[in-house]
Amino acid sequence: MRYVDEFRDPELITKAAEEIRRLAEPERHYRIMEVCGGHTHAIYRFGLKDILPDNIELIHGPGCPVCVLPMGRIDDGLDIARKNDVIFAAFGDMMRVPGAHGSPFEHKARGTDVRIVYSPADALQIARRNPDRHVIFFAIGFETTAPSTALTLMRAKREDIHNFSVFCNHVTIVPAIRAILDSPDMRLDGFIGPGHVSTVIGCRPYEWIARAEGKPVVTSGFEPLDLLQSIVMLLRQLRAGEAKVENQYKRVVPWEGNRAALKAMAEVFELRPHFEWRGLGFISQSALRIRKEYAEWDSEQRFDVLETRVADPKAAQCGEVLKGVLKPAQCKLFGKECTPEHPIGALMVSSEGSCAAYYNYEYRKTASLVTEISSVA
Amino acid sequence: MCLAIPGRIVSLVPDEPHLGVVEVTGVRRRVDLGLLIEDMPKIGDWVLIHVGFAMSKISEQDAAEQMQLLTMLGEGEAAMDEVRGYGLEETAELRSVRGSPGTKKDRPLYQ
Repeated sequence: MRYVDEFRDPELITKAAEEIRRLAEPERHYRIMEVCGGHTHAIYRFGLKDILPDNIELIHGPGCPVCVLPMGRIDDGLDIARKNDVIFAAFGDMMRVPGAHGSPFEHKARGTDVRIVYSPADALQIARRNPDRHVIFFAIGFETTAPSTALTLMRAKREDIHNFSVFCNHVTIVPAIRAILDSPDMRLDGFIGPGHVSTVIGCRPYEWIARAEGKPVVTSGFEPLDLLQSIVMLLRQLRAGEAKVENQYKRVVPWEGNRAALKAMAEVFELRPHFEWRGLGFISQSALRIRKEYAEWDSEQRFDVLETRVADPKAAQCGEVLKGVLKPAQCKLFGKECTPEHPIGALMVSSEGSCAAYYNYEYRKTASLVTEISSVA
Repeated sequence: MCLAIPGRIVSLVPDEPHLGVVEVTGVRRRVDLGLLIEDMPKIGDWVLIHVGFAMSKISEQDAAEQMQLLTMLGEGEAAMDEVRGYGLEETAELRSVRGSPGTKKDRPLYQ
């Protein structure tokens, strides 16, 4: 247990770990998916695998918005910025993510006006400051960030700011879970539900997973104790043969979600008929686009879009890793052609992607151990 | 982008009812409170901030634990960079320069 000394409540952690061992039936193999990239990062960082018994396998889900964004969208957004001489504003997480024709940073080096913002509100602020220039906000994220984009668009409309638009790549988590459950090579026992997405959407949207698919879901916090408690709650349900939605993260997640945030999203966005996810392919009704009432502030309705499609390299097995069929290190490219410094596949591009998290916390450790051993030998 | 940053509301912005000033380990920046309109935070309340918008109210203890968690995840610095990067300090001034219609100000954004 590498980091256990710095955990809060070490006794409670030990108790939760004991409870997990008690509840897990030794002849059974459990496959539990943590949906959210933040959970994936925490699981690797805290070395939870070392605490869990061998027959509990954590499968890393699709909840990293940078990872699942198809490369063609980056190319399309940057193409609009370049051709129309507009300011391209995006979160820092996006800056090194490669499109087929380079990352936002590389485009900046070639002269496109690319700016890092920490909030969609800041992108609108750039538009207020530069009334003679058009500003595109390249929006990404699940329901955690979509309400902020929605509110920003509402403010732009109310203030009659017309030199601002959003290139919308917002995605919704539930259809991705459905796509994973529908996939024939997938077998899962339960889900650790997202934490911060659930502060917005609440717990109800997961109820069909319990009802129709018979899989328990527990929305979880991000601390080691939260994650272990969530696994305890899942195992208790599995042991009792139950499948329901439970909320471990009650201190932050209200069962009904955030009504104001949901209203803002409903005002500005509607579902796209389908949207491509890197590693998972097209998923119907899985992403948001801007309603026609806000067409003036929609980059895709204001500008010509190339609709670039870029296939992932054939050798990259992101889809299999995303669905938990392969472990990151089992992909042919892992740690060789594909590293966090030179990502080829989707899951290596962000620290919340499962390949990058595995590389940073497991692979580097093993690699340095090998070096140590060989130097001793 | 995916960081949830805890902050304490230290003041509200007079003329900008949707903005509040939060303090995150000594750094003060304006954030948007519009997503908490149904349960507006007061001065002294703690909130979780996502991309410059307060998303939920939390207790002081949860705030301290969230900050500790960010540090343990190696994201403490990134969180502070994000907070320092928020840039809503001159919203009203910019608006008056643009001459945006002030009459709309009192109307709620949505019903």
